[in-house]
This record gives sequence, C-alpha cells and structure tokens, in this order.
Amino acid sequence: MRKLLLGDEAVALGALDAGLSGVYAYPGTPSTEVTEFIQADAQAREEGVHSRWCTNEKTAMEAALGMSYAGKRALVCMKHVGMNVCADAFVNSAVTGVKGGVLVLAADDPSMHSSQNEQDSRFYAGFAMVPLLEPSSQQEAYDMAAYGFELSERLGLPVVLRMVTRLAHSRASVQTAGKRRTANPLGPSSDRGWVLLPAIARRQYLKLIDKQRAMQDSSIESPYNALSGEGELGIIACGIAYNYVQEALAAGGRKAHMLKVSQYPLPENLIASLRAACSEILVVEDGQPVVETGVKALLGADYPVHGRLDGRLPRTGELTPDNVAAALGLDAPGVIPVPPLVTGRPPQFCQGCGHRDVYAALGRVMADFPEGRVFGDIGCYTLGALPPYRALASCVDMGASITMAKGAADAGLFPAVAVIGDSTFTHSGMTGLLDAANENAPITVVISDNLTTAMTGGQDSAGTSKYEGICVALGVDPAHVRTVVPLPANIPEIERLLREEIAYKGLSVIIPRRECIQTARRHAKKK
Amino acid sequence: MKKDIILCGVGGQGILSIATVIGEAATAAGLYLKQAEVHGMSQRGGDVQSHLRLSSEPIYSDLIPLGGADLIVSMEPMEALRYLPWLGAEGTVVTASKPLVNIPDYPEEAALHAELSKVPHLVCEDIDAMAAKAGNPRGANMALLGLAAPYIGILDRNALREAMKRVFTPKGEAVVAMNLKCYDLEQS
Repeated sequence: MRKLLLGDEAVALGALDAGLSGVYAYPGTPSTEVTEFIQADAQAREEGVHSRWCTNEKTAMEAALGMSYAGKRALVCMKHVGMNVCADAFVNSAVTGVKGGVLVLAADDPSMHSSQNEQDSRFYAGFAMVPLLEPSSQQEAYDMAAYGFELSERLGLPVVLRMVTRLAHSRASVQTAGKRRTANPLGPSSDRGWVLLPAIARRQYLKLIDKQRAMQDSSIESPYNALSGEGELGIIACGIAYNYVQEALAAGGRKAHMLKVSQYPLPENLIASLRAACSEILVVEDGQPVVETGVKALLGADYPVHGRLDGRLPRTGELTPDNVAAALGLDAPGVIPVPPLVTGRPPQFCQGCGHRDVYAALGRVMADFPEGRVFGDIGCYTLGALPPYRALASCVDMGASITMAKGAADAGLFPAVAVIGDSTFTHSGMTGLLDAANENAPITVVISDNLTTAMTGGQDSAGTSKYEGICVALGVDPAHVRTVVPLPANIPEIERLLREEIAYKGLSVIIPRRECIQTARRHAKKK
Repeated sequence: MKKDIILCGVGGQGILSIATVIGEAATAAGLYLKQAEVHGMSQRGGDVQSHLRLSSEPIYSDLIPLGGADLIVSMEPMEALRYLPWLGAEGTVVTASKPLVNIPDYPEEAALHAELSKVPHLVCEDIDAMAAKAGNPRGANMALLGLAAPYIGILDRNALREAMKRVFTPKGEAVVAMNLKCYDLEQS
C-alpha cells in the first residue's frame, strides 16, 4: 500500500506497523507530527496504543523504558534539545539495556529553523554507546522503524533514530506493509541489571562494552550502509546528505565512489575500503562534523579528508543541493538576485493573542525600571523579544526564565521578572519555582497560560487547570498568586498586578489566562 | 519530465492547502513527488515556502537547487520576489498582486511591481478580488492554483480539479463547491 507521508509520519506508521505499544513524547518542532499521527490513527486508539503527551522528554524516556521493561515496544520522540532533558534516563538506558524494543527519535534542526542551537544527536548515540539510524528518505524512515525495533531487541539496547528538519517535514510516497505486527505480549523482565547500584552497574557497563562488537558488525552488514560508484574521489554521504550528493552528481554528469552511511557506529571496514579505492574523501553530513571527525581519526592526519572542518562545506547551517554541488566543484547556475527592497518578515503574535496584552502591560511597567530585566522562556511568547515589545533579556532553555530571574535577583538585580508559558512551566519550570519558594526569592513570575502548547500547533498542556494549586503547593504565598484575563480592556489591571507584585519583596506569581486564539477558533468550529 | 515549483506566501494564507492538492493529483497520476514544507514558528505570520518537486523519474533532493525552479506560485507579491534565486532562466512567476502588509517597513507597492515586471514570465492578479467575486473570500489560494494550473504542465487542469474534490470532500460538499468555483474562475 502506497501512502504520501511526511518523514515524521513515515516513522509513526512504520512504528505502528511494527507492533508499537506506546509513543511517549513532548511536542517539539520538527518531531511533533510523529505523535500526532499516532494519536489520529483509529486502529491504534482502538488497540490502546499509548499516545498521550508527556510532561517533558525525561518523563517520556522513562515511561518508554518502563514499557520496554514490561516487554513491549515503545517509541520516544523529541526535538534535538529534548535529548538534553532526557539525557540522564537515555544514557543509563544503555547501561540497563532494554527488553521490548525502544526507539528514541531525535529530530535535529540544522539551520535552527525553530531552535536555539544546532546540536547533533549522533553525538548522544556515540556518547551512550548505542546504535543510531539516520534515514535518507521517507521510505527508509518507514522501514527503519521495524528494523530499529528488531535491532533494539536483538542487541538489548535502545536505538536512536535521527531525523533532520528537511526529512521530518518533507512528503513523499512510501510503500507500506499494509498490515500490523501483533504487539509483544506482557513479559516483565526479571533481570537484576535494571538495578544500577554501583556493583551491578559495573557489570552492566562491561556488558555494554561487549555489545560494541555486535553493533559494529551490524553496521557493516546493514542494508543501509553501502559502497557504490567509481572514481578517485570518495564521498561519505550520511543520511539525507545522500540525496544532495546524488542530485549534484546527476546534474553535473559526475561520478564518484560513494559510501552511504545510514547506520552507526561508523562501519570501519567500509571506510577502509573507500580509502583504499580513493585518493581523497569528502564527508557530507547534515549537522555537526561528527563523521568527519571520526573518519579523520580512523585514517590519520596524512590522508586528505574534506568536509565542514576544512571549509569545503559551510561550518554551520543545513546542507542544500547548492552547497553540496559547490563542495563537489560543480558550477553554480546564474541566479536572479533577491531585489534589495525585499525585507524580512519575521513571525509574530496572532491578532487577538493574550500574550500581546501581557507584553503591553509589562512594557509600561518596565519602562519605569530601566535597571530591571525580564527573563524569557521558550514558546510563542518568546516573540515578545522582537519589536514592538522588545521585552525579553533572555531565552535559553525550557524553564530557565524562573531560575535565571532568581539567580539575577540573588545577585541584586531588581526587579527580576520571569515570563513563562503554561506548558513550559510544567515541562521544566516547577522545580525552579520550588527553589525560588524555598528562599522566598524576590522575583515575579508570569505564567502566561493559554491552555495549550501553542507554538507546536496546540497540543494538550499537562498542567491545565492546576497552576494555582501547583504554585501554592510549591510554597508560593496564596496572597501572591494572582490571576487575570489578558484582554486589551484588562491591560490596566495586568499593569496594576505587576506593579503590586514587583513592589512585594518576595516570590509572586501572576497567571494571565485566556485560551490560545488558534485553538479557540478550532474549538469554535467543532461546536 | 519534471516540474519544480516553489509555493510561497505568508503563514496562514493557505500555501499548504495548495501543496496538498497538487500532491494528491501527482500521487493519483503515479508521479514521483517530494514536498518540503515549513512547520513551526514561522507559520505565525512569517514568510513560508514549500518546495514541490514532481517528476516521472525518481527524485533525490527534497529541496530544489538554486536556479532550478520552473515555477514560483505566490500568495503575496513581495514573497514571490524573495524566492527569485530559485527561479530558472525561463521560469514563470504566478503571484497575487495585493500586498499583505504586516510589517512596518513593507516596500512601496509601485516599486514592488516594477521588480516583478522584470521576471521572465509573469502572471499577477488580484486573487482576493477574484475570490470575493466568486463569493468565497477564503478561497483565494484555490483561485491562485487555478491561475497556476496551465504552467504546472506535468498535471492537467482537470487532474488538479479532481484532486481538489478529493482533498476537500472530508470538509463537506459546500466547501468543495466553493473552492471549485474559485479554481474555475480563470476559465469563466
């Protein structure tokens, strides 16, 4: 059965067809569509495949590990920076090993289309010493779900599936199985290796070291790693890079020896074969120079290896058919330049968005405190950093607004204000608020609650209807937990609350609450 | 035979719906297809584009090389200009004429149209007025697709029309009829 699927959807359907029992995820571009596809699948719902959103990537990874312990196949999905959040669970899952197959989908975002860095998840797989699959096409994305689960169960290790934005968000026709494998039966592990006390952890770690040989063998035999072509120039094309290389070679009428790499660890003997056949090697990989560094180490300083490190390809940003063609020495066609009058059109708040009213009030208040700062967080409301508001001093990682405001206040900065969204607050803001409450830190935290995870398209927010309760339970004085409806008519009221709570020499929380205008429209349509 | 198309506009204008219709038609016609979309934050009123590649042969890259597009289809005139580096020497631009001004430093409209007049082949129409005339102001994107249909070439007009029916049928017969009316304007 052929289907037109996004790369993300191809993984989702591949996992369902491979007998998935649960997907665990926190939304994050460009990974969100995987979980949404599974949530929308009628058969999966009927069969009780878990697909509800998790509070953050760490809870997701741990729940998946629990499902694996019980014998079943689980998929964890996140954007690349989510790997940082779940790193503790992820790295240790390699030491415990897994029972039911575990696929960890990390969607990297070279060029930072929707992200704050360009980190490459292949480092995480190498760091944790587990296999990684990197599809070059939507078809491989589909096929690798089943392949990855089998590999995971055979090696007893989690397997990382690395996507990049251009594959995650590109559609193509995919040949699917058209039928579903039966889910694994319940079969809890009774292996003591799950208890990572030092004495056991040392044994488990040796087991993990022992598995490296089998991982290497699997990479060498992998249907996804293959040598082809001819010529003096050797090319190592990783994941989606394979497409750009093929496009450029075909357009330029050129030939090259090529090693396609879509399964890691790097297949060392295939690299040795390429070296023997060629006089130089160009490494083409999307993201950071992971393979280039590894190949240089394998082949030694005397052998010429080109890529992002020597400037043959740009050091940052995603690959394109154009920069790959240039790296192959092919002539670029003449292009029509962009007329100088064309100006940037950055994203902006929707008309009628409640965040606008919060920033309008905050701007008026902070104008009176030129020494004060507003620490931002990650969500639609980060747009408050842009004109006309220019309200935010920082945006670093999920939850950092509260803790950075606290640290700045500890240093004597006044007033220190944090702006965080509802979903980001439950993702990673609650623990920081507990720190602030335990010291009654003199900061004002604005939890701008739009009842959803808006930036990624309006997914359920884990803490909806619980925010006042959470703040009070964490130790915020109930008299300083204030709510307000962010509407243009209420801007004076928001301003008054902000002034009162900034004047208060202790921890306060203001919760402007009104549904996201996008989800409100959708809900109105459904009715 | 192949056709590389850049679809562009401003987040919320309905670019992805155009892509979905062309994608459905291409799939039904048994063509190879790759369609790179923009999801995420830029959909909030920022510039958005989709690379749509249709071919009778397998396609490698999800992205169109610079200077390689046969056609730019744009919901907004300044956005059409933004992607000119992708347009081939004999390429065609099919664009809405009316600016969407949601930024303070939007260029002069006359200067914009002077730039547009320099492209090799240009179709520039007030699709909002067309859609309003058809009684469906929200169908401007389908009016644009109607204008672009003759230049897509690899798919005929009726194949796109049938695909549009299939795409919008889940939303009800009325939605199908309204969108078809906008799509057919070019021929009426």
